Amino acid sequence: MKQDIILAGVGGQGILTVAFLLDSAAVARGWRLKQAEVHGMAQRGGAVYSHLRFSDREVVSDMVPLGQADMILAVEPLEVQRYVPFLRPGGVVVANREPHKNIPDYPADQVVLDAVLALPRAVLIDAKGIAEAAGVPKAQNMAMVGAATPFLPFELEDFRPIVNAMFGAKGEKVVAANMAALEAGYRIGAACKALLDQGVGSAETARRVTAPA
Amino acid sequence: MVRRELLLGDEAVALAAIHAGISGAYGYPGTPSTELFEYIENVREQHGIYARWSANEKVAYEEALGMSFAGRRAIVSMKHVGLNVAADPFVNSGVTGVNGGLVICVADDPGMHSSQDEQDSRHYAKFALIPCLEPHDQQEAYDMTLAAFDLSEEVGLPVMVRIVTRLAHSRSDVVAGTPRPQNPLRAPLDPIQFTLLPSNARMLYSRLTDKQPALLEGSEVSHFNLLSLDGDRSRGIVTHGIAWNYVREAFGGAVPHPCVQIGRYPIPTAKLMRLVEAVPEIVVVEEGYPLIEEALRGVAGIPGKRILGKLDGTFPRTGELNPTNVAAGLGFPRPQLMSPALERVPGRPPTLCPGCGHTDAFAVIKEAMAPYGGHRLFSDIGCYTLGFYPPHGAIQSCVCMGASISMAAGAAHAGQWPVICAIGDSTFAHSGMTPLLTAARRNTDINVFILDNGTVAMTGTQETLATGEELDAIVRGLGVPPEHVRVFTPLAGRREENVRIIREEIEYKGTSVLIARRPCVQAKRRGVA
Repeated sequence: MKQDIILAGVGGQGILTVAFLLDSAAVARGWRLKQAEVHGMAQRGGAVYSHLRFSDREVVSDMVPLGQADMILAVEPLEVQRYVPFLRPGGVVVANREPHKNIPDYPADQVVLDAVLALPRAVLIDAKGIAEAAGVPKAQNMAMVGAATPFLPFELEDFRPIVNAMFGAKGEKVVAANMAALEAGYRIGAACKALLDQGVGSAETARRVTAPA
Repeated sequence: MVRRELLLGDEAVALAAIHAGISGAYGYPGTPSTELFEYIENVREQHGIYARWSANEKVAYEEALGMSFAGRRAIVSMKHVGLNVAADPFVNSGVTGVNGGLVICVADDPGMHSSQDEQDSRHYAKFALIPCLEPHDQQEAYDMTLAAFDLSEEVGLPVMVRIVTRLAHSRSDVVAGTPRPQNPLRAPLDPIQFTLLPSNARMLYSRLTDKQPALLEGSEVSHFNLLSLDGDRSRGIVTHGIAWNYVREAFGGAVPHPCVQIGRYPIPTAKLMRLVEAVPEIVVVEEGYPLIEEALRGVAGIPGKRILGKLDGTFPRTGELNPTNVAAGLGFPRPQLMSPALERVPGRPPTLCPGCGHTDAFAVIKEAMAPYGGHRLFSDIGCYTLGFYPPHGAIQSCVCMGASISMAAGAAHAGQWPVICAIGDSTFAHSGMTPLLTAARRNTDINVFILDNGTVAMTGTQETLATGEELDAIVRGLGVPPEHVRVFTPLAGRREENVRIIREEIEYKGTSVLIARRPCVQAKRRGVA
């Protein structure tokens, strides 16, 4: 077993939180991992990414080679495109549909979303809607991790102890709400995966699977 | 029980330094080295370690050397260009040698993710004639740092640990050992060791050169330098540090050719020669400058042998290595890659934060300068360097810490008028005071903007050493007339007043300092401003 994941987003969006959740789950399973991230200058609203590789064997390179990523997990839809050459044939894209527009030449929203769905195995997630429905608007990254989970060698329950450790001090309600966002994301991800696995295209899958209000 | 922790390369070095029994950690923030110091700083009290940021890398290095003088162990960490600032004590500490173990960890930034050059610190270690250890992964970052302290005390020299961005900022699991107690205070046994008067220095420098054969022998027998003559002898591979990982990645784990993996310098020449004798072609895979490759090639190359590396274009001469370009250089076919589904993916460079005071400072400077035929602003290193990008288009230089003020002075000497420059509060504390002293003494006609946001913002809001009224007092103390030390708040609402202040100082013939004071929004959010 080996998973190569490119995490993508914009500085300040919290991809290191996403990385922390996935890292912790992999460590708890006893797997080896390397996770390279970007600090410093790039964090000021610029494009940021992290390479996360885990395996039941040794992980050699900290960086994922081009054409080998199993997944691009993007918390911003335009950022997906920057890393497409990393994706292996059959690799999956799980992307948040909410654009982050801090550049003057940001393309039209629909163009960006269509471009994600133009990729062969891609899923768009309404992380904001899921997080708000769960009562924690900040839990967008939880929704994204949840949506990615059906495509990864993890179960939802892998994340419960991690979410507990992250939010336990803030009380049971906060833990439960974050888990709810994770679960809601998971359901969408699982529904999309089932269709994609049947050969249904990304755009059609997006049409058939709608977020629960 | 074995303790397994997920650590950044930076943190693995830091944890090893703690376990090696350091009494002090020194540094100045700089990507990708910052997290090393911060890891120690966070636990300094429980371990009884002195760990506070220094004003700059030179100060940090000298403080560390002083701790070594007193018999105790110290680590000093910095980014590669920080070592330029600390170069004077660094090189001379090779001549003095150490008393307590002294390890300098330098984080190089090939690819210039957050830097102005790609300089390779292994050259500095060679220049100072000291050993350098270079880990290839997080575990080795821990193991080598522990070994570096022992080696430092064994050979009586500072030891460099060189890491690069992709190790410094990548996490993996590390198995850590148990802490060793700190050294007791102990005066240097040699009374002249630290007094580099020429008469002493000549002797001490000879002592340093006399150590070189033993350092080389240490490299030859070190388990950090591996030679394997197994496998297909049509070619051999020489590599080091994280480049080793990319080579193994390309071959799917085991390398099927003879190879030398270097983790300790000076370069183990006998091991290299054994490889050279065994193969007709040597591929040198190197992260940074082609230091090993140049040593191998010499002036005339090796008769009958082909050497492939950065100098012949097998690997890119600039930028960092990655598993893809290493595989290509080793002759693996390039994989078919998927293309983005957008014709053009717009770039997303870093920007000043919403609500950042620098934005308003740049706006008012530009407005004030408009009647003078536009502005040319000598700038410096910090968040405000992002003022280069649209929509600001505000700065015309960024060279090294403190250069804004001295370059402005030079332009004024050349006859340019008006001359303005901008520097942050921490960069001013780091390297701005001496150029301002020089300008003020000569009454050079420049206007120095100090953008005082009260923190070292770019590297993550570390503590600044000169802000607020203390900063104002320092500026006055350096000889700038008090009436020409003007403090203003860069806010859009105060635009008119600020434009007036700036123009008054431009018209003043002499050195003036304009302090734009507004706290960093990130620091405020984190509650540190």
